[in-house]
Amino acid sequence: MSVQEGLYYTKEHEWVKVDGDTGTIGISDHAQEELGDIVFVELPEEGEEFSQGDAIGTIEAVKTVSDIYTPVSGKVVEVNESLEEEAEKINQDPYGEGWIAKIDMSDESELDDLLTAEEYENMLE
Amino acid sequence: MDYVPNTKECEQEILEELGVDSFEDLIDNIPDKFIEKAGIELPEPLSEIEASQKLSKMARKNKNTLENISFLGAGAYDHFIPATVDFLTQRSEFYTAYTPYQAEVSQGTLQAIYEYQSMLCSLLDMDVANASMYDGSTALAEAVIMGVGKVRKSNKVLISPLINPRSLDVLKTYLDSRSIEYDFLPEKNGRTDFSTLSEVSKDVAAVAVQSPNFLGIVEDLNGVKDKISNKKAFLIISTDPLSNAILKSPGEYDADIAVAEGQPLGVHQSFGGPYLGVFTAKKKHIRKMPGRIIGETEDVDGKQGFVMVLQTREQHIRREKATSNICTNQGLIALAATIYMALMGKNGLEKVARLSLTKSHELADKITELDGYEMAYDQPFFKEFVVKTPVDPAKIIDKGVDQNILAGIDLGKYRNEWKNHLLIAVTEKRSSDDINKLVNFLGEF
Repeated sequence: MSVQEGLYYTKEHEWVKVDGDTGTIGISDHAQEELGDIVFVELPEEGEEFSQGDAIGTIEAVKTVSDIYTPVSGKVVEVNESLEEEAEKINQDPYGEGWIAKIDMSDESELDDLLTAEEYENMLE
Repeated sequence: MDYVPNTKECEQEILEELGVDSFEDLIDNIPDKFIEKAGIELPEPLSEIEASQKLSKMARKNKNTLENISFLGAGAYDHFIPATVDFLTQRSEFYTAYTPYQAEVSQGTLQAIYEYQSMLCSLLDMDVANASMYDGSTALAEAVIMGVGKVRKSNKVLISPLINPRSLDVLKTYLDSRSIEYDFLPEKNGRTDFSTLSEVSKDVAAVAVQSPNFLGIVEDLNGVKDKISNKKAFLIISTDPLSNAILKSPGEYDADIAVAEGQPLGVHQSFGGPYLGVFTAKKKHIRKMPGRIIGETEDVDGKQGFVMVLQTREQHIRREKATSNICTNQGLIALAATIYMALMGKNGLEKVARLSLTKSHELADKITELDGYEMAYDQPFFKEFVVKTPVDPAKIIDKGVDQNILAGIDLGKYRNEWKNHLLIAVTEKRSSDDINKLVNFLGEF
């Protein structure tokens, strides 16, 4: 299990990587491990707007279904459509190819509400 | 099911075991005001022979379609049901089995449902079907709710006013209890008017229509999906499954969900039920679909097997988020429909549909030649049509009953503007003789 440096985390185990105004969202290595084999991801649609903490989609594993909560508010500018065919990418590479959506962040100050990699790691322990 | 009464001794033994003095002690949690004090007046017991005679006498008061020529429709039709359908559904392997809780043990039941799903997908040109719902009305209501649940931040649906009024009642009950807003589309000369659809607001989640509609008329659904697809709204089509053997199917109209009352597929009219709710959808909507879904797979030895699939869908695990909590199906009735479809085959279904179509048109032509009768709408219809009558249809219907003719349905019951409108259905069962009998009878008014 790994926690990647330089990302912001939520208590619900999502991460966001900030690049200018764009936040890329995914779930943590710990989350994918807990869920087990992921078989389906319901993605948000491009152009949809969400507030921090809204459910933007769902992740379906063999034995359970879990909501994906967005760590930041904003408009969805891109979704990882490759997950529709290969949902297992989230298991294989949660911080890389398993990213879920990119959001045009509307309020950068929300990042202060999130956990740093260190804080998230402490929470898991 | 046999009724096995307890003896006094047996009753006493149970009470002692439970540590109470009387049966009433067991139900003292029921508030007093709900307890019937006066006692229920029941007649003296009858012997089996007396009870059987009494019940037969009562049953004979019902008008049935063996002794009467039926032109009744409006959702329940007198199609022919081959004897094989009843014979096979009543085999005890199927007939006595309740819903399989350990589903995979019941491979026969699962395979029957799998075949049912496959045949309906092929008939309606849809990708996926569930194991069925209670009836056509609840299937429609579930479809609309699924449409609303799918399109986020939207809580409004548009409904054709020409959906069967009884289905509309069920739909309204569902929608009101969930605070879902609905508006009716306009109508024109017996058909739903879709011309205003392109201007409808963005917050519409679904458009629901029935074709053939309540008046038997085939709706013009060309281009309807295009008008609403940029708003991501669902197109929901309720249909007569038999009509799809010869008419353009919901799949060809690009419907997101297609539902149907399955009664025409080998299900007895039985004075109103139990019937069969057919529910099908596009594959991309499968995870929002209510009800059970059976899939085909291979076991460890590579042999064909059937399983319940997609059980992680919302209604099983996340009840609070589910668009539906229905996980049951009309097992036996779905089986009857499966056997019927398998017996008829593609050609048989087509033949039944075509016969119903041509015979209903033959009757319509003959009726309009009579003085005082005319077609209420000049529109294409499948097996059911509306005529304006020279006298109150109630009079025609009552007199028909005396002559063993069930002449049709008085539409004045549903709308004032439909006074003197008689809805007549014709199935493949109606012979030329039957048709002439009704024409001669109607000519007397």
